[in-house]
Amino acid sequence: MLQDKDRIFTNIYGRFDRSLAGAMSRGCWDGTKGIIDKGRDWIINEMKASGLRGRGGAGFPTGLKWSFMPKESDGRPSYLVVNADESEPGTCKDRDILRHDPHTLVEGCLLAGFAMGAVAAYIYVRGEFMREREALQRAIDEAYDAKLIGKNNKNGYDFDVYVHHGAGAYICGEETALLESLEGKKGQPRLKPPFPANMGLYGCPTTVNNVESIAVAPTILRRGAAWFSSFGRPNNVGTKLYMLVGHVNTPCTVEEEMGTTFRELVEKHGGGIRGGWDNLLAVIPGGASCPVVKAEDIIDAPMDFDGMREVKSSFGTAAMIIMDKSTDIVKAIARLSYFFKHESCGQCTPCREGTGWMWRVMERLVRGEAQKREIDMLLDVTRQIEGHTICALGDAAAWPVQGLIRNFRPEIERRIDEFTRNSHRVEPVLVAAE
Amino acid sequence: MSVRRLADASVQPAAFSFNEEFASAAQKWIAKYPEGRQQSAIIPLLMLAQEQDGWVTKAAIEQICDMLGMPYIRGLEVATFYTQFQLKPVGTRAHIQVCGTTPCMLRGAGELMDVCRSKIHHEQFHTNEDGTLSWEEVECQGACVNAPMVMIFKDSYEDLTPERLAEIIDEFEAGRGDSVPTGPQVDRFFSAPEGGFTALTDEKAVLKSARAREAKADAAGAAAGAAVPPSNAGKPKTDAPETSPALKTPSKVKAAPEAEKAASVAAPAAKPAKPSLDDKNRPAGIARPAMVDDLKLISGVGPKNEKVLHELGIFTFAQVASWKKAEREWVDGYLNFHGRIEREDWVKQAKALARGGVDEYVRVFGKKPV
Repeated sequence: MLQDKDRIFTNIYGRFDRSLAGAMSRGCWDGTKGIIDKGRDWIINEMKASGLRGRGGAGFPTGLKWSFMPKESDGRPSYLVVNADESEPGTCKDRDILRHDPHTLVEGCLLAGFAMGAVAAYIYVRGEFMREREALQRAIDEAYDAKLIGKNNKNGYDFDVYVHHGAGAYICGEETALLESLEGKKGQPRLKPPFPANMGLYGCPTTVNNVESIAVAPTILRRGAAWFSSFGRPNNVGTKLYMLVGHVNTPCTVEEEMGTTFRELVEKHGGGIRGGWDNLLAVIPGGASCPVVKAEDIIDAPMDFDGMREVKSSFGTAAMIIMDKSTDIVKAIARLSYFFKHESCGQCTPCREGTGWMWRVMERLVRGEAQKREIDMLLDVTRQIEGHTICALGDAAAWPVQGLIRNFRPEIERRIDEFTRNSHRVEPVLVAAE
Repeated sequence: MSVRRLADASVQPAAFSFNEEFASAAQKWIAKYPEGRQQSAIIPLLMLAQEQDGWVTKAAIEQICDMLGMPYIRGLEVATFYTQFQLKPVGTRAHIQVCGTTPCMLRGAGELMDVCRSKIHHEQFHTNEDGTLSWEEVECQGACVNAPMVMIFKDSYEDLTPERLAEIIDEFEAGRGDSVPTGPQVDRFFSAPEGGFTALTDEKAVLKSARAREAKADAAGAAAGAAVPPSNAGKPKTDAPETSPALKTPSKVKAAPEAEKAASVAAPAAKPAKPSLDDKNRPAGIARPAMVDDLKLISGVGPKNEKVLHELGIFTFAQVASWKKAEREWVDGYLNFHGRIEREDWVKQAKALARGGVDEYVRVFGKKPV
């Protein structure tokens, strides 16, 4: 179990002093100038050596991402964009960073911005986080007042940090949609290439990083890559904010070592499963877009990127949606299908039409008002959406349904049988897809 | 995708303009973006317009497009794409946004929506008869560890039960929305586990000074050739799943509906006796001074408790700030507060308020005192 002295987020619950002075007494902004004096290459190499993988869900190595930025400017400015559009159902870690520990993020923006030669950082906060946005803005104002960022600051690198916000669109968490939205347009993802590192915000080189990836960077650079990589398993190192959501006795957000087993997390911080371990049905391990995993597969699995891949799911944002045996699992996944239908941006046909199609079939499967061959038809539709869209929302909508069918097919079939047995009609009425 | 259209022309006002405060805020937003990229400010500006009028009118969209020098159609695209913009008038006293996505659904968002249906209107986006309240089901609001939750304007109300939501709706209906505490509605500290902290229990462990001391000791120990205590660095790198042997399975608590029910309706523990007024730990009181501080500014002190404190001779922030542990425990017991004084850290709050009033409080705690 991670000790308090090894935590990166030292005020994640907001219990201690949230002002700049309080954050500095816990080690923020300590020796920042010294790190900057070591140079861009040192910072990028240290980040690569630390093995930090992006905390937004995909797990792309952060140091490598930073190194894609052009070394020499061709006249265009470079930008750092921080993705605080945290909308993945189950995920609420960035919210706590923004409202309780924002100074880690502001310092991270300066260091990351310096490492990639950026002139400014835009932090895109989701529209619903209004109080969080105010807290972040206060922290930025304090940093400006203390001359830690801005023109002619104490750290010797001119850098501005701005807060921007969205207005309730899940798709703006996708990096190119986020850039579109930041430019004042509808949040519809762009085709890649060109990648943002060449043509991003306002056509300039841009790197988009998750809040947590940026906020952990200062501590890694201060305490060293070796310290960070001493936690966890190879390829899955460091500490991570985990969220325990759903049917545990005490849901919470907590920072723990990567690779901690599911059982340990739930026992230590979640107060156990509601009704005991025998009552656990299934877990969605990393936010809504990850396939559901059955209880027996996940109980002793290590919670990290590889551990979740072994159980045919993905680690995502480490938001574990935990469901006990009182859950209507088909309904829970159908609700996610509705979510993706609601949040599809409408740009690509397979996703715009497919998400609605999947949701309508799922709603019938909840009642059992279907035929068994439709299960395979649904699976086939998910395969036609997956990989045929500009961004990953199509994939994200397909995976929960695939996970459900893979793990809970008998339950779906049981419902169909029951409905048919109790039905007065000869066969279920098929509702035409609109 | 959801189809969203502007409200009917009959309800659209003829013109829109920002009031003074919002106009200056709008200029601040526009200044954030590089020259020629003012269009970036459209979402923040539309949000300001919504804050001012309660919803986004056609006149507001056109006025903002003019301000930013962009075609109306681009502004209309943005206003209809982002679901947080209310395109029709909503309840004037409260528009209740109930999160209905799976994490909240699992913890009972359905019952919350039933409360809204019975108390406000059976359909979302419709106001009640007086036009004061309305509700809608929204997608994930990002407070999943505090599920189920609702958002009303800028604040979230978390860890709700249907009964508590009904109370909150009544408060807003009566125009007393400000008096409802925001955040978790049960006894827990933001996103920390209910019933006590499992991490970050002591600030001393995370202070820079403490870490520096430890690092020094480590270095000295290593120099003297002393044994370095085992750390994670030396842990064998293995793929085998690790589980603490202390955690036994299956759990002693079995899935038994009867047992759960019995546990949940069990009588609350007997109340501890009220501490005596003659106790030596009772903090010293003073005679009512000319300048009495508003103790209600301390989070946790309401009008009733303020009266009790006055009876005890506590009138100023400085007095509260000087309480020792034993004294705090006595007052806690006297008010029957179950440790809230420690949890809400009255001493720190009072110190900040004594030092610099509300401004200092905002600086330290990042929010206004309630």
